[in-house]
Amino acid sequence: MEYLDFELPIKELEEQLEKCQLIGEESDVDVTETCKQIEKKLEKTREEIYKNLSAWQRVQLSRHPNRPYTLDYIRAICGGSFLELHGDRTVKDDKAMIGGLGKIGNQSYMFIGQQKGYNTKTRQYRNFGMANPEGYRKALRLMKSAEKFNIPVVCFIDTPGAYPGIEAEERGQGEAIARNILEMTRLKVPIIVLIIGEGASGGALGIGVGDKVLMLENTWYSVISPESCSSILWRSWEYKEQAAEALKLTAEDMKKMKLIDEIVKEPSGGAHADRDKTFEIVKNKIQKHFRDLKKLSPKELVDQRMEKYANMGVFKG
Amino acid sequence: MSWFKRKEKGIQTATEEKKDTPKGLWYKSPTGKIVESEELAKNFYVSPEDDYHVRIGSKEYFSILFDDNNFTELDQGLKSKDPLKFEDTKKYTDRLKAAEKKTGLNDAVRTAVGKSMGRDLVIACMDFSFIGGSMGSVVGEKIARAIDYAIAHELPFMMISKSGGARMMEAALSLMQLAKTSAKLAQLSEAGLPYISLCTDPTTGGTTASYAMLGDINIAEPGALIGFAGPRVVKEATGKDLPPDFQTAEFVKEHGFLDFIVHRRELKKTVNRYLDLIQNKPLRKGLLADA
Repeated sequence: MEYLDFELPIKELEEQLEKCQLIGEESDVDVTETCKQIEKKLEKTREEIYKNLSAWQRVQLSRHPNRPYTLDYIRAICGGSFLELHGDRTVKDDKAMIGGLGKIGNQSYMFIGQQKGYNTKTRQYRNFGMANPEGYRKALRLMKSAEKFNIPVVCFIDTPGAYPGIEAEERGQGEAIARNILEMTRLKVPIIVLIIGEGASGGALGIGVGDKVLMLENTWYSVISPESCSSILWRSWEYKEQAAEALKLTAEDMKKMKLIDEIVKEPSGGAHADRDKTFEIVKNKIQKHFRDLKKLSPKELVDQRMEKYANMGVFKG
Repeated sequence: MSWFKRKEKGIQTATEEKKDTPKGLWYKSPTGKIVESEELAKNFYVSPEDDYHVRIGSKEYFSILFDDNNFTELDQGLKSKDPLKFEDTKKYTDRLKAAEKKTGLNDAVRTAVGKSMGRDLVIACMDFSFIGGSMGSVVGEKIARAIDYAIAHELPFMMISKSGGARMMEAALSLMQLAKTSAKLAQLSEAGLPYISLCTDPTTGGTTASYAMLGDINIAEPGALIGFAGPRVVKEATGKDLPPDFQTAEFVKEHGFLDFIVHRRELKKTVNRYLDLIQNKPLRKGLLADA
C-alpha cells in the first residue's frame, strides 16, 4: 500500500497495530486491549483526516496509485461473464479505452471506460488513461451496439484528459469527442455514468453524458486539471491547490451546481482502503439506477436526458 | 571403407517400386511439430505443441459448434452454372467437376441450422478446398438464404469465412455477391438479430469487403491471414517491405477490426457467451470465463 503525505498518520498507526498483533502472536503477553485501542485510534484518525479533505487532497486521492481502476470494477462486478470487445473498426484498438459486455445477475450491461495502468509498463501500455480518437470511436461503436440490442450502458470515467498528440489531432480528437457527446444525448437505452477517479474535461465528457451521473466521493470532475489551470491562469504550476479550490471540482461542489446527480460514499479511508466494499457499493448503485431507468420508455428517457442538459448553465437576464 | 559409399549415383528405385507410407496418420505443423491425426482431431484440429490452427472445413466446424454434430443442412443441392462459358487453363465446368470430385462438396459454402449449447443457431461455413473457397453465385445465394432462414425463425447468424475472395470464373456476377450478402445482412440487422463473423485462415479479398467485416462482432482464429489485397499484391504495388505480422489476426485486431481472437477450443463457449450477453438472456451453464 502506498500513502499520500496527509495519510501518513494512518500509516503510522497501521504499522503500530501490525507490531502489536505480532507481539501478541509471538509471545504470551495479552495485547488484545492495546490492539483494540490502536484500532480505535486508527479509525478515529482516518475519519478525522477524511472528514476535512481539501479540494487538492481529493485530487490527490483520485489519483491514488492503489485506487481501483475501470477493469477492477468490471471484473469484480461481473466475474467471469465479462467479455471484452476491441477496436474502433477504423484505425486501432485503443488500450486507454476499454469496453465489453458483462452481467450483473441476469441483466446484461455494456461497460465502457478509460483504463489506467498499475505499474510503469502498464501505464505506458494504457497511455496513462488518455484516449485517442479511436478510443472514443470504439466507445461509440459499443454504445450503438448496445442500443441496437437494448442493453443499458455503464461508463466508468477515470482520465487526466483526452490524449493531446499530433496523430490524435490528425485523426480528429475534437470531432470524435463531439460525436460521442451528441450521440449519447439521444441514445435510446439507459446510460449510467460513474466518475471513479479523474474526470478531466472533454476527455471525460466524451463518455460522460448520461441519465444518471454519479461521482465517487474522492474524485474530481472539471473543465481542466488544477495543475493546467494553475499554469495557464497563474502562469506557474505552484498554484494547483488554489486552482483546485477555485475550480469547485469536488463531488460536493458538482452536486451543488446540479451538474451531477449523486455522490457515492466511499468506505472509510477511501476506495483504495476497502476495494471489495467499494465494488459492492458501485454494483448496488448501478442496479438501483437501472431499476428506476428501465421503467421509462426510450422517448421519456431521451426527453429527460435532453431536458437535464438543457438546464445546465448560470446566467443573468 | 568402400562399403560405406554408394556405388551408383542417385536414387535407383523406380517410382513404381517406391513404398508408400499411409497418408494422413501424422500431421506436421509449419513450425515442424508433429502430431497424430487422431490426437489432432481431439484437440479441435489445433496442433497441441505450438497452437497452430490447422485449416479445416465445414464438416469439422459443424462438429465443433453443433451439439453432438446434429444439424440440418440448408439448400444442399444448389450448384454453380457456367453463365460466362469461362475458360482459363481449364474450362470452368471441368474445374467445378474436379472440385466436386475432390471434395465431395457442391460448392464453397455449406449452411446449416442446429443447436449449439442447447440453443438454435444458423451457421454458414466456407470450404477452402473447393476452388479456394471462392465466392460465386452459389455462395452468395446460399448465404442469402441462410440469413433469410435466420430472420424467419428469429435466430442468430454466424458466418465462418475461409476464402481467397470472389470467384473469377463468374466475374462480375461474383462481385455482386458482395452487395447481395451485405444487403441481406442489413435486413438481419434491421430485424435486431445478432451476427457473428468468424474470420479463419485465410479470409481475403471480396469476403473482407463484405460479410467477413460486417459482424456485430468480428472475431478470428489466432494467426489467421485476414486482408483485402493479398500480401504479395501489396508488396508489389507499394514496393515496401511488409511488417512480419502483416495481415495476421493479431495485426488486424491491433488496427481495430476484430473484437477478439479466440482459440478454437474456446470457440463454442465464447460465441454462446456473446449471444447470451447481447440478447440479454441468462447465461447458460458453463459459459463463464475461467477466473
